[in-house]
Amino acid sequence: MPALRTLLASLLILAAGSATLAAATDGFRAFTSEAARRLAVAEQPRPVPAVVLQGSGGEALPLAALRGRWLLVNFFYTRCPTYCSIQGSEFARLQDELADAIAARKAALLSISFDPAHDEPRELAAYLERSRSRGEGWFAARPTDAADLRALKQAFGVSVIADGLGGFEHNAAILVVDPAGRLVSVIDWDAPEDALRVLRQGLAP
Amino acid sequence: MTARPGLLLWLVLALPPVRHGLEAAMSLQMLVQIPLLALAGWWLLPLLPRRALDAIADWNRSGISGLLLATLVAMVWMLPRSMDAAIESFAVEVLKFTSVPLLIGMALAASWPRAGFVVRGVFLVEAIATAFRVGWLYEAAPQRLCTNYLLGDQQLLGRLLFALGAVASLWLVGRLVWGRTDVGERMLR
Repeated sequence: MPALRTLLASLLILAAGSATLAAATDGFRAFTSEAARRLAVAEQPRPVPAVVLQGSGGEALPLAALRGRWLLVNFFYTRCPTYCSIQGSEFARLQDELADAIAARKAALLSISFDPAHDEPRELAAYLERSRSRGEGWFAARPTDAADLRALKQAFGVSVIADGLGGFEHNAAILVVDPAGRLVSVIDWDAPEDALRVLRQGLAP
Repeated sequence: MTARPGLLLWLVLALPPVRHGLEAAMSLQMLVQIPLLALAGWWLLPLLPRRALDAIADWNRSGISGLLLATLVAMVWMLPRSMDAAIESFAVEVLKFTSVPLLIGMALAASWPRAGFVVRGVFLVEAIATAFRVGWLYEAAPQRLCTNYLLGDQQLLGRLLFALGAVASLWLVGRLVWGRTDVGERMLR
Protein backbone atom coordinates (compact mmCIF):
# COMPACT_ATOMS: atom_id res chain seq x y z
CA MET A 1 0.00 0.00 0.00
CA PRO A 2 2.51 2.64 -1.14
CA ALA A 3 -0.19 5.34 -1.21
CA LEU A 4 -1.12 4.99 2.45
CA ARG A 5 2.50 4.57 3.50
CA THR A 6 3.45 7.69 1.54
CA LEU A 7 0.63 9.61 3.21
CA LEU A 8 1.83 8.44 6.61
CA ALA A 9 5.48 9.26 5.84
CA SER A 10 4.49 12.69 4.51
CA LEU A 11 2.44 13.47 7.62
CA LEU A 12 5.37 12.49 9.83
CA ILE A 13 7.77 14.60 7.76
CA LEU A 14 5.34 17.51 7.92
CA ALA A 15 5.06 17.22 11.70
CA ALA A 16 8.83 16.97 12.19
CA GLY A 17 9.42 19.82 9.72
CA SER A 18 6.92 22.09 11.46
CA ALA A 19 8.46 21.32 14.82
CA THR A 20 11.93 22.13 13.44
CA LEU A 21 10.71 25.39 11.92
CA ALA A 22 9.04 26.30 15.20
CA ALA A 23 12.22 25.57 17.13
CA ALA A 24 14.33 27.54 14.64
CA THR A 25 12.10 30.62 14.96
CA ASP A 26 11.28 30.58 18.70
CA GLY A 27 7.75 29.45 17.93
CA PHE A 28 7.37 31.48 14.70
CA ARG A 29 8.17 34.68 16.61
CA ALA A 30 11.69 35.49 15.40
CA PHE A 31 12.74 34.94 11.78
CA THR A 32 15.85 37.12 11.87
CA SER A 33 18.76 37.17 14.30
CA GLU A 34 17.85 40.76 15.27
CA ALA A 35 14.33 39.66 16.23
CA ALA A 36 15.86 36.74 18.14
CA ARG A 37 18.13 39.12 20.06
CA ARG A 38 15.18 41.30 21.07
CA LEU A 39 13.07 38.35 22.10
CA ALA A 40 15.90 36.80 24.13
CA VAL A 41 16.60 40.07 25.93
CA ALA A 42 12.92 40.72 26.66
CA GLU A 43 12.42 37.23 28.04
CA GLN A 44 15.68 37.01 29.93
CA PRO A 45 17.46 40.26 30.80
CA ARG A 46 21.23 39.94 30.40
CA PRO A 47 23.81 41.29 32.83
CA VAL A 48 26.10 43.87 31.27
CA PRO A 49 29.83 43.13 31.73
CA ALA A 50 31.59 45.28 34.32
CA VAL A 51 34.19 46.70 31.96
CA VAL A 52 35.98 50.01 32.45
CA LEU A 53 35.56 52.36 29.48
CA GLN A 54 37.46 55.51 28.68
CA GLY A 55 35.32 58.66 28.52
CA SER A 56 35.54 61.66 26.23
CA GLY A 57 37.69 63.53 28.74
CA GLY A 58 40.17 60.64 28.84
CA GLU A 59 38.82 59.61 32.26
CA ALA A 60 38.13 56.02 33.33
CA LEU A 61 34.42 55.24 33.19
CA PRO A 62 33.59 51.95 34.92
CA LEU A 63 30.19 50.61 33.83
CA ALA A 64 29.72 49.45 37.41
CA ALA A 65 29.75 53.10 38.49
CA LEU A 66 26.59 53.66 36.47
CA ARG A 67 24.64 51.02 38.40
CA GLY A 68 21.57 52.44 40.08
CA ARG A 69 20.65 54.47 36.99
CA TRP A 70 18.56 53.62 33.98
CA LEU A 71 20.83 53.72 30.94
CA LEU A 72 20.05 54.26 27.30
CA VAL A 73 23.01 52.83 25.41
CA ASN A 74 23.92 52.97 21.74
CA PHE A 75 26.90 51.60 19.85
CA PHE A 76 28.42 53.83 17.18
CA TYR A 77 31.59 55.02 15.55
CA THR A 78 32.36 58.70 15.15
CA ARG A 79 33.08 58.56 11.40
CA CYS A 80 29.62 57.08 10.76
CA PRO A 81 27.96 59.22 8.11
CA THR A 82 24.43 57.83 8.44
CA TYR A 83 22.37 56.74 11.39
CA CYS A 84 24.95 57.36 14.11
CA SER A 85 24.72 61.09 13.49
CA ILE A 86 20.92 61.00 13.47
CA GLN A 87 21.04 58.97 16.64
CA GLY A 88 23.35 61.61 18.06
CA SER A 89 20.72 64.31 17.72
CA GLU A 90 18.10 61.90 19.06
CA PHE A 91 20.20 61.33 22.15
CA ALA A 92 20.55 65.08 22.60
CA ARG A 93 16.76 65.35 22.54
CA LEU A 94 16.42 62.46 24.99
CA GLN A 95 18.91 64.28 27.20
CA ASP A 96 16.53 67.23 27.28
CA GLU A 97 13.47 65.09 27.92
CA LEU A 98 15.21 63.24 30.74
CA ALA A 99 16.87 66.31 32.27
CA ASP A 100 15.15 65.83 35.65
CA ALA A 101 16.01 62.15 35.96
CA ILE A 102 19.57 62.89 34.83
CA ALA A 103 19.96 65.64 37.42
CA ALA A 104 18.66 63.23 40.09
CA ARG A 105 21.24 60.69 38.85
CA LYS A 106 18.50 58.23 38.05
CA ALA A 107 19.16 58.06 34.34
CA ALA A 108 22.04 58.52 31.92
CA LEU A 109 22.85 58.15 28.23
CA LEU A 110 25.88 56.21 27.07
CA SER A 111 27.32 56.02 23.56
CA ILE A 112 29.94 53.31 23.18
CA SER A 113 32.29 53.35 20.19
CA PHE A 114 33.04 50.01 18.56
CA ASP A 115 35.93 51.60 16.66
CA PRO A 116 38.24 52.39 19.60
CA ALA A 117 41.35 52.48 17.41
CA HIS A 118 40.12 55.63 15.70
CA ASP A 119 37.73 57.03 18.31
CA GLU A 120 40.12 58.54 20.82
CA PRO A 121 38.72 60.77 23.58
CA ARG A 122 39.22 63.80 21.32
CA GLU A 123 36.98 62.28 18.63
CA LEU A 124 34.39 61.27 21.21
CA ALA A 125 34.27 64.79 22.61
CA ALA A 126 33.88 66.19 19.09
CA TYR A 127 30.99 63.77 18.48
CA LEU A 128 29.19 64.97 21.61
CA GLU A 129 29.76 68.56 20.56
CA ARG A 130 28.52 67.90 17.02
CA SER A 131 25.42 66.23 18.38
CA ARG A 132 24.80 69.25 20.63
CA SER A 133 25.06 67.38 23.88
CA ARG A 134 24.11 69.52 26.90
CA GLY A 135 27.04 67.96 28.74
CA GLU A 136 25.28 66.53 31.76
CA GLY A 137 24.41 62.84 31.80
CA TRP A 138 25.51 61.77 28.32
CA PHE A 139 28.75 59.85 28.14
CA ALA A 140 30.59 58.95 24.98
CA ALA A 141 33.20 56.31 25.67
CA ARG A 142 35.38 53.63 24.11
CA PRO A 143 36.53 50.24 25.37
CA THR A 144 40.25 50.22 26.06
CA ASP A 145 41.08 46.70 24.94
CA ALA A 146 39.88 44.18 22.40
CA ALA A 147 38.63 41.71 25.03
CA ASP A 148 36.37 44.36 26.57
CA LEU A 149 34.99 45.28 23.15
CA ARG A 150 34.28 41.61 22.45
CA ALA A 151 32.56 41.17 25.82
CA LEU A 152 30.40 44.25 25.21
CA LYS A 153 29.42 43.19 21.68
CA GLN A 154 28.58 39.73 22.95
CA ALA A 155 26.48 40.92 25.90
CA PHE A 156 24.60 43.56 23.91
CA GLY A 157 24.28 41.38 20.81
CA VAL A 158 26.00 43.98 18.63
CA SER A 159 27.24 42.82 15.24
CA VAL A 160 29.55 45.03 13.21
CA ILE A 161 30.77 44.31 9.68
CA ALA A 162 33.04 46.36 7.46
CA ASP A 163 31.17 47.84 4.51
CA GLY A 164 34.23 47.75 2.25
CA LEU A 165 34.30 51.56 2.02
CA GLY A 166 36.21 52.13 5.24
CA GLY A 167 33.02 52.27 7.29
CA PHE A 168 30.83 49.76 9.08
CA GLU A 169 27.31 48.42 8.98
CA HIS A 170 25.95 47.52 12.39
CA ASN A 171 22.66 46.64 14.00
CA ALA A 172 22.03 50.07 15.46
CA ALA A 173 19.50 50.17 18.27
CA ILE A 174 18.71 51.87 21.55
CA LEU A 175 19.61 49.47 24.34
CA VAL A 176 17.94 49.89 27.73
CA VAL A 177 19.89 48.88 30.85
CA ASP A 178 18.08 48.84 34.18
CA PRO A 179 19.51 50.07 37.52
CA ALA A 180 20.61 46.51 38.33
CA GLY A 181 22.91 46.62 35.30
CA ARG A 182 20.88 44.29 33.10
CA LEU A 183 20.06 44.78 29.43
CA VAL A 184 16.25 44.63 29.49
CA SER A 185 15.09 45.96 26.15
CA VAL A 186 16.26 46.53 22.57
CA ILE A 187 14.47 49.35 20.75
CA ASP A 188 14.57 50.49 17.11
CA TRP A 189 17.26 53.12 16.67
CA ASP A 190 14.73 55.50 15.10
CA ALA A 191 12.09 55.14 17.82
CA PRO A 192 13.45 57.25 20.72
CA GLU A 193 9.89 57.84 21.93
CA ASP A 194 9.64 54.10 22.70
CA ALA A 195 12.88 54.28 24.69
CA LEU A 196 11.50 57.26 26.58
CA ARG A 197 8.31 55.33 27.40
CA VAL A 198 10.26 52.34 28.75
CA LEU A 199 12.40 54.65 30.86
CA ARG A 200 9.47 56.67 32.21
CA GLN A 201 7.79 53.41 33.17
CA GLY A 202 10.93 52.32 34.99
CA LEU A 203 11.40 55.67 36.68
CA ALA A 204 7.79 55.95 37.82
CA PRO A 205 7.62 55.54 41.60
CA MET B 1 27.05 5.35 -11.03
CA THR B 2 29.50 6.29 -8.34
CA ALA B 3 29.30 8.59 -5.35
CA ARG B 4 32.82 9.89 -5.86
CA PRO B 5 31.95 13.26 -7.48
CA GLY B 6 29.48 13.94 -4.67
CA LEU B 7 32.02 13.19 -1.96
CA LEU B 8 34.64 15.27 -3.75
CA LEU B 9 32.30 18.26 -4.09
CA TRP B 10 31.26 17.93 -0.46
CA LEU B 11 34.87 17.93 0.73
CA VAL B 12 35.83 20.86 -1.47
CA LEU B 13 32.90 22.91 -0.13
CA ALA B 14 33.96 22.07 3.42
CA LEU B 15 37.54 23.36 2.90
CA PRO B 16 37.83 26.43 5.14
CA PRO B 17 38.90 28.88 2.38
CA VAL B 18 36.06 27.73 0.10
CA ARG B 19 33.60 27.76 2.98
CA HIS B 20 34.53 31.26 4.09
CA GLY B 21 34.66 32.52 0.52
CA LEU B 22 31.18 31.26 -0.25
CA GLU B 23 29.83 32.69 3.00
CA ALA B 24 31.36 36.12 2.47
CA ALA B 25 28.24 37.32 0.67
CA MET B 26 24.60 36.49 1.27
CA SER B 27 24.00 35.86 -2.43
CA LEU B 28 26.94 33.41 -2.56
CA GLN B 29 25.72 31.44 0.42
CA MET B 30 22.13 31.18 -0.79
CA LEU B 31 22.63 30.82 -4.55
CA VAL B 32 25.96 29.01 -4.76
CA GLN B 33 26.95 27.27 -1.54
CA ILE B 34 23.60 25.78 -0.54
CA PRO B 35 22.68 24.63 -4.09
CA LEU B 36 26.14 23.05 -4.51
CA LEU B 37 25.77 21.25 -1.19
CA ALA B 38 22.44 19.92 -2.41
CA LEU B 39 24.04 18.86 -5.70
CA ALA B 40 26.75 16.99 -3.76
CA GLY B 41 23.99 15.18 -1.87
CA TRP B 42 22.22 14.34 -5.14
CA TRP B 43 25.43 12.69 -6.38
CA LEU B 44 25.74 10.78 -3.09
CA LEU B 45 22.60 8.73 -3.73
CA PRO B 46 24.60 5.67 -4.99
CA LEU B 47 25.93 5.36 -1.42
CA LEU B 48 22.54 3.95 -0.43
CA PRO B 49 22.28 0.21 -1.07
CA ARG B 50 19.70 -1.01 -3.56
CA ARG B 51 17.62 -2.61 -0.80
CA ALA B 52 17.42 0.62 1.19
CA LEU B 53 16.28 2.47 -1.94
CA ASP B 54 13.56 -0.11 -2.55
CA ALA B 55 12.41 0.13 1.05
CA ILE B 56 12.25 3.92 0.84
CA ALA B 57 10.39 3.75 -2.45
CA ASP B 58 7.44 2.03 -0.77
CA TRP B 59 7.03 5.08 1.45
CA ASN B 60 7.76 7.58 -1.29
CA ARG B 61 5.10 7.17 -3.96
CA SER B 62 5.58 9.62 -6.83
CA GLY B 63 8.44 11.02 -4.76
CA ILE B 64 6.00 13.01 -2.65
CA SER B 65 7.52 12.28 0.79
CA GLY B 66 11.02 13.11 -0.41
CA LEU B 67 10.01 16.33 -2.15
CA LEU B 68 8.14 17.39 0.98
CA LEU B 69 11.21 16.65 3.11
CA ALA B 70 13.49 18.64 0.77
CA THR B 71 11.02 21.55 0.76
CA LEU B 72 10.79 21.76 4.55
CA VAL B 73 14.55 21.52 5.06
CA ALA B 74 15.05 24.20 2.39
CA MET B 75 12.59 26.41 4.27
CA VAL B 76 14.69 26.12 7.41
CA TRP B 77 17.86 27.16 5.57
CA MET B 78 16.09 30.04 3.86
CA LEU B 79 15.44 31.73 7.19
CA PRO B 80 17.71 34.77 7.51
CA ARG B 81 18.33 33.65 11.07
CA SER B 82 19.68 30.28 9.94
CA MET B 83 22.11 31.85 7.48
CA ASP B 84 23.40 34.08 10.27
CA ALA B 85 23.62 31.20 12.72
CA ALA B 86 25.57 29.03 10.26
CA ILE B 87 28.27 31.70 10.18
CA GLU B 88 28.29 32.38 13.90
CA SER B 89 28.06 28.84 15.26
CA PHE B 90 30.14 25.86 14.16
CA ALA B 91 27.48 23.41 15.35
CA VAL B 92 24.87 25.03 13.08
CA GLU B 93 27.39 24.96 10.23
CA VAL B 94 27.84 21.22 10.72
CA LEU B 95 24.06 20.83 10.66
CA LYS B 96 23.95 22.75 7.39
CA PHE B 97 26.71 20.69 5.82
CA THR B 98 24.88 17.46 6.68
CA SER B 99 21.20 18.32 6.33
CA VAL B 100 21.44 20.16 3.00
CA PRO B 101 23.23 17.33 1.12
CA LEU B 102 21.36 14.46 2.76
CA LEU B 103 17.88 15.84 3.39
CA ILE B 104 17.63 18.12 0.35
CA GLY B 105 20.02 16.76 -2.30
CA MET B 106 19.73 13.06 -1.63
CA ALA B 107 15.99 13.27 -0.99
CA LEU B 108 15.54 15.05 -4.34
CA ALA B 109 17.69 12.48 -6.13
CA ALA B 110 15.61 9.65 -4.66
CA SER B 111 12.30 11.36 -5.45
CA TRP B 112 12.55 13.48 -8.60
CA PRO B 113 12.83 10.54 -11.04
CA ARG B 114 9.71 9.01 -9.46
CA ALA B 115 7.66 12.20 -9.64
CA GLY B 116 5.05 12.44 -12.37
CA PHE B 117 4.09 15.44 -14.47
CA VAL B 118 1.66 16.90 -11.93
CA VAL B 119 3.95 16.46 -8.92
CA ARG B 120 6.90 17.98 -10.79
CA GLY B 121 4.75 20.85 -11.98
CA VAL B 122 3.49 21.67 -8.48
CA PHE B 123 7.02 21.48 -7.06
CA LEU B 124 8.57 23.65 -9.79
CA VAL B 125 5.86 26.29 -9.74
CA GLU B 126 6.07 26.52 -5.97
CA ALA B 127 9.87 26.79 -6.14
CA ILE B 128 9.59 29.58 -8.72
CA ALA B 129 6.97 31.38 -6.62
CA THR B 130 9.26 31.11 -3.60
CA ALA B 131 12.14 32.66 -5.56
CA PHE B 132 9.87 35.62 -6.42
CA ARG B 133 8.49 35.96 -2.89
CA VAL B 134 11.85 35.77 -1.13
CA GLY B 135 13.47 37.91 -3.83
CA TRP B 136 10.86 40.61 -3.34
CA LEU B 137 11.29 40.47 0.43
CA TYR B 138 15.07 40.88 0.17
CA GLU B 139 14.86 43.59 -2.47
CA ALA B 140 12.24 45.62 -0.59
CA ALA B 141 13.24 45.16 3.06
CA PRO B 142 14.60 48.49 4.31
CA GLN B 143 16.59 46.75 7.04
CA ARG B 144 19.19 44.06 7.00
CA LEU B 145 17.65 40.66 7.65
CA CYS B 146 21.02 39.00 8.29
CA THR B 147 23.22 40.88 10.72
CA ASN B 148 26.31 39.35 9.11
CA TYR B 149 25.63 40.71 5.63
CA LEU B 150 25.47 44.16 4.07
CA LEU B 151 22.18 45.71 2.98
CA GLY B 152 23.45 46.11 -0.59
CA ASP B 153 24.27 42.40 -0.73
CA GLN B 154 20.77 41.54 0.48
CA GLN B 155 19.24 43.69 -2.28
CA LEU B 156 21.53 42.09 -4.86
CA LEU B 157 20.36 38.66 -3.70
CA GLY B 158 16.77 39.85 -4.05
CA ARG B 159 17.35 40.92 -7.64
CA LEU B 160 19.20 37.69 -8.45
CA LEU B 161 16.34 35.60 -7.03
CA PHE B 162 13.92 37.61 -9.15
CA ALA B 163 16.03 36.96 -12.24
CA LEU B 164 16.27 33.27 -11.35
CA GLY B 165 12.50 33.05 -10.96
CA ALA B 166 12.00 34.77 -14.31
CA VAL B 167 14.44 32.50 -16.16
CA ALA B 168 12.94 29.40 -14.55
CA SER B 169 9.43 30.52 -15.52
CA LEU B 170 10.49 31.04 -19.14
CA TRP B 171 12.22 27.67 -19.18
CA LEU B 172 9.10 26.02 -17.77
CA VAL B 173 6.88 27.70 -20.36
CA GLY B 174 9.33 26.58 -23.05
CA ARG B 175 9.16 23.01 -21.82
CA LEU B 176 5.35 23.12 -21.80
CA VAL B 177 5.14 24.50 -25.32
CA TRP B 178 7.94 22.59 -27.06
CA GLY B 179 9.07 19.83 -24.73
CA ARG B 180 7.82 16.40 -23.79
CA THR B 181 5.48 16.44 -20.83
CA ASP B 182 5.23 12.72 -20.16
CA VAL B 183 7.73 11.44 -17.65
CA GLY B 184 8.04 7.84 -18.79
CA GLU B 185 5.88 5.06 -17.45
CA ARG B 186 8.75 2.91 -16.21
CA MET B 187 9.60 5.40 -13.49
CA LEU B 188 6.10 5.77 -12.15
CA ARG B 189 5.43 2.26 -10.87
